Amino acid sequence: MSTTTTQSGGGTPAGNAPARPGKTGATGLVSWKAGIGLSLLAILGTALFGFMSNSKSAGFGIAEAANEAASSVAALVTFVLALLLSVGLGYLWFARRRPGPTSGSGLASSSGTVPGWLPASFVAAVVVLGLAALGVAKVSKITLPSAAIGWIAAVILLGLAGYTVYLTQAKRATPRWVGGTFAAVFLIGFMVWIVAGGNGDEPSISLAGLIAGSVTLAVPLVFGSLSGVLCERVGVVNIAIEGQLLLGAFSAAVVATVTHNVYAGLVAAAVAGALVSLVLAVVSIKYLVNQIIVGVVLNVLISGLTSFLFSTLLTADPDGLNKPGRLPPVDIPFLSDIPIIGPILFHQSLVGYLMYIAVIVVYLGLFHTKWGLRVRAVGEHPQAADTVGINVNRTRFWNVLMGGAIAGIGGSFFTLVSVDAFSKDMSGGRGYIALAALIFGRWNPIGAFLAALLFGFADNLQSVITIIGSPVPSQFMAMLPYALTVFAVAGLVGRSRPPAASGIPYVKG
Amino acid sequence: MKLELKGITKRFGSLVANDHIDLVVEPGQVHCLLGENGAGKSTLMNVLYGLYDPSDGEILVDGKPVVFKGPGDAMAAGIGMVHQHFMLIPVFTVAENVALGNEATKAAGFLNLDETRRKISEISKQYGFHVDPDALVEDLPVGVQQRVEIIKALVRDAEVLILDEPTAVLTPQETDELLDIIRQLKAAGKSIVFISHKLREVKEISDIITVIRRGKVVGSADPSASPTELASAMVGRAVSLTLEKKPAQPGEATFKVRDLTVVDHNGQHVVDGLSFEIAKGEVLAIAGVQGNGQTELTEAILGVQPHVTGSIILDDVELLGKSVKQVLSAGVGFVPEDRKIDGLVGTFSISENMILDLYDKPPFAQGIGMKPALIASHAEKKVEEFDVRTPSIDVAVGTLSGGNQQKVVLARELSRPLRLFIASQPTRGLDVGSIEFVHKRVIAERDNGTPVMIVSTELDEVLELADRIAVLYRGKLVGIVPAGTSRDVLGLMMAGVPEHEAELTAHKTLEGGTHV
Repeated sequence: MSTTTTQSGGGTPAGNAPARPGKTGATGLVSWKAGIGLSLLAILGTALFGFMSNSKSAGFGIAEAANEAASSVAALVTFVLALLLSVGLGYLWFARRRPGPTSGSGLASSSGTVPGWLPASFVAAVVVLGLAALGVAKVSKITLPSAAIGWIAAVILLGLAGYTVYLTQAKRATPRWVGGTFAAVFLIGFMVWIVAGGNGDEPSISLAGLIAGSVTLAVPLVFGSLSGVLCERVGVVNIAIEGQLLLGAFSAAVVATVTHNVYAGLVAAAVAGALVSLVLAVVSIKYLVNQIIVGVVLNVLISGLTSFLFSTLLTADPDGLNKPGRLPPVDIPFLSDIPIIGPILFHQSLVGYLMYIAVIVVYLGLFHTKWGLRVRAVGEHPQAADTVGINVNRTRFWNVLMGGAIAGIGGSFFTLVSVDAFSKDMSGGRGYIALAALIFGRWNPIGAFLAALLFGFADNLQSVITIIGSPVPSQFMAMLPYALTVFAVAGLVGRSRPPAASGIPYVKG
Repeated sequence: MKLELKGITKRFGSLVANDHIDLVVEPGQVHCLLGENGAGKSTLMNVLYGLYDPSDGEILVDGKPVVFKGPGDAMAAGIGMVHQHFMLIPVFTVAENVALGNEATKAAGFLNLDETRRKISEISKQYGFHVDPDALVEDLPVGVQQRVEIIKALVRDAEVLILDEPTAVLTPQETDELLDIIRQLKAAGKSIVFISHKLREVKEISDIITVIRRGKVVGSADPSASPTELASAMVGRAVSLTLEKKPAQPGEATFKVRDLTVVDHNGQHVVDGLSFEIAKGEVLAIAGVQGNGQTELTEAILGVQPHVTGSIILDDVELLGKSVKQVLSAGVGFVPEDRKIDGLVGTFSISENMILDLYDKPPFAQGIGMKPALIASHAEKKVEEFDVRTPSIDVAVGTLSGGNQQKVVLARELSRPLRLFIASQPTRGLDVGSIEFVHKRVIAERDNGTPVMIVSTELDEVLELADRIAVLYRGKLVGIVPAGTSRDVLGLMMAGVPEHEAELTAHKTLEGGTHV
């Protein structure tokens, strides 16, 4: 188990194209996709961040702590822990990495001895360390000059793109860090440029607020993509995530209002999502109807149904049917006092915490339990699973149902956390973005979680920037999440491999 | 454990795949089921393994009747099966594959793969398998994958092991190793059901042979029976196992391949720097275990592979970079390895399939119209000439038997004047009678003065047809040897051993007298 987990699992995508030593023949096979893509983005970056920069500075506010004393203690503790963790993980990575190249004869790639989670955890620890350091130093605001940062970013971007093109020309594979660094630098350049373009002499935004908002906006996406992971891993394509979110939102609103209990609404949302899945499962598993068609039909059906009920019943009696109340945010003691990190991660509603639990449970379940092994087997090679006595269609049925329930809970976010009333089509295509997050995250719960966070970030950035005013028309900013989706799914991050039997009904014999 | 099948009948609609089959497998015995493709051997074993419900009849284990609702029940009863197409999950490790369905767990359903690893190394040690529990199955050679399947059965304490066409995908050396493993299993008291249509192995390994033809047991035979006797029992009529052919009269080499390299979508060099020539009136057989670049080689010549470098010259014209249509009109006849996927359109009629490549040319077409009468008469003529057994030329090709389908493909490809004839796995899945026919037509085309390239993974076929033999291993040419080369040398070459070394090794083994 451990090897598969580390290869397909771990935080970062595990790179499906290992560099094969000794394969340097004249083939012209190394793809130009990365080189051309990065070059275009670098030129775009240079034009925007460099030439179109202004003389203003961009300010990034770090959130003020509610409790000064607790905050500084928490910051210090976090700083020390993160420091120890970074050093430990860094040493482990370095130590395991070294013997690689010397023993790497034939097919053994040099990274073979480094488990996939190691670099990812190291980077995470370093990020936490940096944030905690800001807290310890009690920095309240970072101010960056737009032009200087813009030009530095542009030069780095051009350099990285040039390096990639050089490598491609030399028929060598681009190392993974290039892509990651490029993305990070592009993001920093973009943020500085767009914030500096805001109104006022020294426009600024709250960094913590921006990220916290991203996590919040990502909640339904995460639930949706977890639902997708559960379904696709078992071999059923779930396009109906959108419908599950929407019906979940609707049911949560109505049930919570009628029962005067938001928790009842939460349960109702899960049941509603599972109901949508039930239709999907019965029609596609038992009657072998094309899964994508069923999913799309369900989405349209639910959109129509909820709109109809909304405009006839809910608008007629909003107080009796559409006033669910909210799930209040809950602070976790001590953790929520950590500067920046605390308000982002540990100031969530119940649904938000359920999200963390769901990600961890689905990840552990899929990759470390008997259940998960069987689920993945069914999604990869149902016939093989059948020949060892696993009931393929029953496994599929229950997994799809469970996926629906999870997506339903995600839907309750709209009516119990975000806004406390249902409105027409309020899921607004997030089910489809969740699907993209699932693919971007390579059918892995943690990958899907990170991808969903990215989409949530794009979504939130758009609204934050619109508020402070930006050089880019707001319509373009609104496109950001979707443009990002297209880029992500088109595979700038490399080829991903779906479960082999995803979307194919299983007929015995 | 004694296993008995009594009067097993399995019907699929009106088709009777198994007709009152009786079979007794004694403990510690290797019981061979011999029969042609489609005789019903695999159906019978799937019934036994609980994958199909029998329409009639019963299964007895140690004299007691049992009912298997699924493979789980069969495994619990001590029956293990190694399927012809391995039931392994490519992206799982060996340990995960072995554990699947039979998982050792810790608390809360968490997997205990260490326990599985321990069991694997225990069995590996006992039988001398060298299997790494943490290797990904997709990275393992086919022979090792097969051992993983055997381990899967043994971990579940199988007493009866069913091997369905286990040697179809193995090199001759791997086959020998498998036969050794079977002997060990037998010595350990396990019963083996060995399903095959290859007479050589059946004779070598079995204690008793049951011959199945058209779903019925037609008798049992002793392993000492002659191959001709066994083949006749299998086919139901007298057959000759050797092809009569005149020595080749090679003319000038008109087909030349130079430094041909094909790269697949993963960046692997699936065909790596191949160079060879074929003369007019000569058969060059490409030998090798399945998946060593044969498919890509033939597809590169036809022009359907995307990343190809080097040169392919036919009659002084470069074919590389030409469209498939141009290649075909240059006079290349092509019998693809999978007739159902690449050779025929299953739902089209015989007459339509006969003109798939000529539909837009006179005399079958005129402007945008086609000439049905002419197409029909063409089909009638070809059906007659190639002895396609069919009620009518309007029957959908997909409903014909494998042999007749292949005859349709051959009829189409051989009905044009050819400058080069390529046949890939021309007799895969055919009965002995059809094999005879196909081989005769191939030799006839050679004697017409066409350069012929045969790709086959069956050593028998290679030896039967070839005037020269080129052996491929991992996309590279191991060597080109004359037709009379011994099986042992070819077998070693198919495992990548260079020609001269293979000859030395084979010679030594023979002198040592250890070779069976």
